[in-house]
Amino acid sequence: MNIALKRPGRSLAAIAIVSTVVLAGCADSGDTGETTTATATDTTTATEAASDSEEGRGPITFAMGKNDTDKITPIIEKWNAQNPDEQVTLRELAGEADAQRETLVQSLQAGNSDYDVMALDVVWTADFAANQWLAPLTGDLEVDTSDLLQSTVDSATYNGTLYALPQNTNGQLLFRNTELIPEAPTNWAELEASCAGLETDCLTLQLKQYEGLTVNTVGFMEGWGGSVLSDAGDVTVDSDQAKEGLQALVDAYENGTISSASTSATEEETNLAFVGGDTAYAINWPYMFTNAEGETSEVAGKFEVQPLVGKDGVGVSTLGGYNNGININSENKRTALDFIKFIINEENQTSFAEASFPPVLASIYEDDALVEQFPYLPALKESLENAAPRPVSPFYPAISKAIQDNAYAALTAGKSVDDATADMKAAIEQASR
Amino acid sequence: MNTRAGQARSAAWLIAPALIVLAIVIGYPILRAIFLSFQADKSLDPTTGLFVEGGFAGFDHYLYWLSNRCMSPSGTVSTCPPGVLATDFWPAVRITLFFTVVTVALETILGMFMALVMNREFRGRGLVRAAVLIPWAIPTAVTAKLWQFIFADRGIVNSLFDTNISWTTDPWAARSAVIIADVWKTAPFMALLILAGLQMIPKDVYEAARVDGASRWQQFRLITMPLVKPALMVAVLFRTLDALRMYDLPVIMISASSNSPTATISQLVVEDMRQNNFNSASALSTLIFLLIFAVAFIMIRFLGADVSGQRGVKGRKVPGMRKRRQVKMEEEELVS
Amino acid sequence: MRRATLWHYLGVLFIMFWGLAPFYWMVIVALRDKRYTFDTTPWPTHVTLENFRDALATNKGNDFLGAIGNSLLISVATTSLAVMVGVFTAYALARLNFPGKGVVTGIILAASMFPGIALVTPLFQLFGDLGWIGTYRAMIIPNISFALPLTIYTLVSFFRQLPWELEEAARVDGASRGQAFRLVLLPLAAPALFTTAILAFIATWNEFMLARQLSTTATEPVTVAIARFSGPSAFEYPYASIMAAGALVTVPLIIMVLIFQRRIVSGLTAGGVKA
Repeated sequence: MNIALKRPGRSLAAIAIVSTVVLAGCADSGDTGETTTATATDTTTATEAASDSEEGRGPITFAMGKNDTDKITPIIEKWNAQNPDEQVTLRELAGEADAQRETLVQSLQAGNSDYDVMALDVVWTADFAANQWLAPLTGDLEVDTSDLLQSTVDSATYNGTLYALPQNTNGQLLFRNTELIPEAPTNWAELEASCAGLETDCLTLQLKQYEGLTVNTVGFMEGWGGSVLSDAGDVTVDSDQAKEGLQALVDAYENGTISSASTSATEEETNLAFVGGDTAYAINWPYMFTNAEGETSEVAGKFEVQPLVGKDGVGVSTLGGYNNGININSENKRTALDFIKFIINEENQTSFAEASFPPVLASIYEDDALVEQFPYLPALKESLENAAPRPVSPFYPAISKAIQDNAYAALTAGKSVDDATADMKAAIEQASR
Repeated sequence: MNTRAGQARSAAWLIAPALIVLAIVIGYPILRAIFLSFQADKSLDPTTGLFVEGGFAGFDHYLYWLSNRCMSPSGTVSTCPPGVLATDFWPAVRITLFFTVVTVALETILGMFMALVMNREFRGRGLVRAAVLIPWAIPTAVTAKLWQFIFADRGIVNSLFDTNISWTTDPWAARSAVIIADVWKTAPFMALLILAGLQMIPKDVYEAARVDGASRWQQFRLITMPLVKPALMVAVLFRTLDALRMYDLPVIMISASSNSPTATISQLVVEDMRQNNFNSASALSTLIFLLIFAVAFIMIRFLGADVSGQRGVKGRKVPGMRKRRQVKMEEEELVS
Repeated sequence: MRRATLWHYLGVLFIMFWGLAPFYWMVIVALRDKRYTFDTTPWPTHVTLENFRDALATNKGNDFLGAIGNSLLISVATTSLAVMVGVFTAYALARLNFPGKGVVTGIILAASMFPGIALVTPLFQLFGDLGWIGTYRAMIIPNISFALPLTIYTLVSFFRQLPWELEEAARVDGASRGQAFRLVLLPLAAPALFTTAILAFIATWNEFMLARQLSTTATEPVTVAIARFSGPSAFEYPYASIMAAGALVTVPLIIMVLIFQRRIVSGLTAGGVKA
């Protein structure tokens, strides 16, 4: 019995010795994998410099969140085939936006040039620009943006300077179950009226306390003519129009036009509700179109899409999508610039559209062949033409929190709209120092 | 080797590796956090629109968190409006303490029960031990998503019990959901540690007591509890420290917002870093550290957890021995 | 006696249900066709192995099996080193007399008091400067420090419970302090040793926050690999493949526990210590 018990000690010691060896020596096998450091790029650039006539050219890395990299991979392959000396390597980041941001910020704060080009969520552009992590697209790096949708260019502009080039965008659509509601509403009042006597839920949208709530609250405020920040940067969230917009949202939730399930709904739940036929209207991103037409959908062939509705007609959708920014520490900025311009050429933007990834090149939306394949494109285009970016500010996370917390309190805790907007304004001003 | 100096030297060699590792991995970040907590975060230069380094901030960050002290744009000091992170601090402290007390209590009771069951010899014991560890073995991210799925509005719980509770948004339902998920996951941890403690109690003590006519409850109260107390105290102490730092479960299950009904103080640190206020987040981390320190201090002092190893060295009494002698005396009492 | 047995078997059933019921649901979802993920039928329907194939697929840049290998390596290294270092430290704290013992014990406990997420930035910068990002040691060393406090405290409380007399007897017979420790004390503390080893292993296996920042795709453990699973769009969460991945990940752990759980039994049951 004693011998058997002695063995644990010895085998444990043996494993420990092996582990120490692993720690010291063979751990380096991890290094040769995918770590890129500034030095690695340096040596490659040095050898390239002899053959390249211009500075700032060489292999680059492109960082993007995992969810949509399948749309970008064919473009990278095309580029690599055409530019053997300036290869682009894809670095996939985590799927969730917050995780992507954390990875990028950690790297940028340490001054690394691990990622030459970064696909930034639209709301991060001002933040990264103000922290001087992005190379401004001026002078040598200037880009012509006249062919792109204006709202997307606005989302990439901070303090009058363009800091990133839009890559793809996203806008919300109003989905309508035609079996329950045969006619399309032209404004908010009509939408509310059309729900009279309905047995199922009327409208479902994302009002859970997360970024989706900010998106929809801002959508309502802007749809009633208000805004969160003025062009000059003043806080206008307590203007009469903004308050009217928020009041409309709160009233709709209270009188049942907006389903009570909305305050626990993210895009996923909205999707389930609409595709399952449990709600007459839904506000969601275009991806739901594919799901609603799918085999397991209850509403296949029985729904239509249109832009959002506001007070007097077409409403304002908030923009989603990605902007491509160049790392200020990048060694190969010229290659990076050419690559991001490559992404917005017609061929590549068409490939985006074919993959249900809304492009930023305005002309794509007119293409008849695509419109036939994707019936939601005209509605999406109108939506994007009437879209507004979320407040472009380096303090966006704090602003979003100020809006979220107070809007949620207004919806579920009975806080008055006046108090809510006053607190929003105070909190935003507090954060913007 | 028995001299005090000799012992001290050996002790130094034996303890050094642990202290070095802890100094690098934990000591350095703590000192850095304390240093940064007195620096101001970057502020926006209105003319250039770019961030510039802040200077010295003194206790500003601490006052911000503890007393909601904000600077209004006109330069006057006032309370922070709702929507600013500092307003979530005290609610988060309350929620964290609530979670800690409830989950640790439930996990201790369940853990003790499970350990007692697993302590006996029976066929299939190995399988039961493996089954009990499954909750602890699944990565937290997967567990959190699983329970979120189970508690979803259209999930299995609402479906099986035919209810329509909004588990992820109704405040008390959300808190209950988090508690259930956490207890499910961590009771095995307690069970395993308590089981190890139970294994140290010699079986013949129970035999003797049984022969002397002690009831099962008396055996539990007079033999088991005192002898398993050291292991139990360590388990409870560490579980408490972990519960106070709870982060993944409420964030993934319910909401990452620091205003949510299940927001724990660790969530506030992440949110602050997300707002790029790294120095203010350092102050908050330091505050959390002090809070946990205080709780641990109270636990050790008042609950009698003798964990500092002051006893058990030659010349001092060994608590186990005393209890065994006491048990023997009580046995003799029963007989007479 | 029969009543006790009935309670006992009810207890066993309870434990089995406790551990297995949610896991059962996880496996059901993992086996269910993706399009029916939100179906709440409690028994297997639309059974398919597609989700497991998705989890293990390498065509999308995932290398799940490689990640399991990384996790194994990191966890084994951490556990054995942490237990070794912990045993030495615990012996010193339990059996040796030296000044400042209370302070040292306090410092070790204090290491468990700092919020984990606040460690990410300083360690990322420190290891970045040292060039350790993407190496295994960048993850092993922090995990050792997470495992140490619990390991040390548990072992200290066990060593203290074991009477001094046993080692005295061995010393009298001519054994050195080290031999008395290795041949007498350590085997008796086997339940504590293996329990803390199992707990340290599982805790390291599940560590996520640090691993995410300190690893690269070549060295990422399983928790980070799972976090990078993606659904068909940014708004759709891949529940089915995550559940499949979770089930796959749990299996090696359970096997390991089944192998080692016999060691949790104490040698004391043979009557090594008499009161």
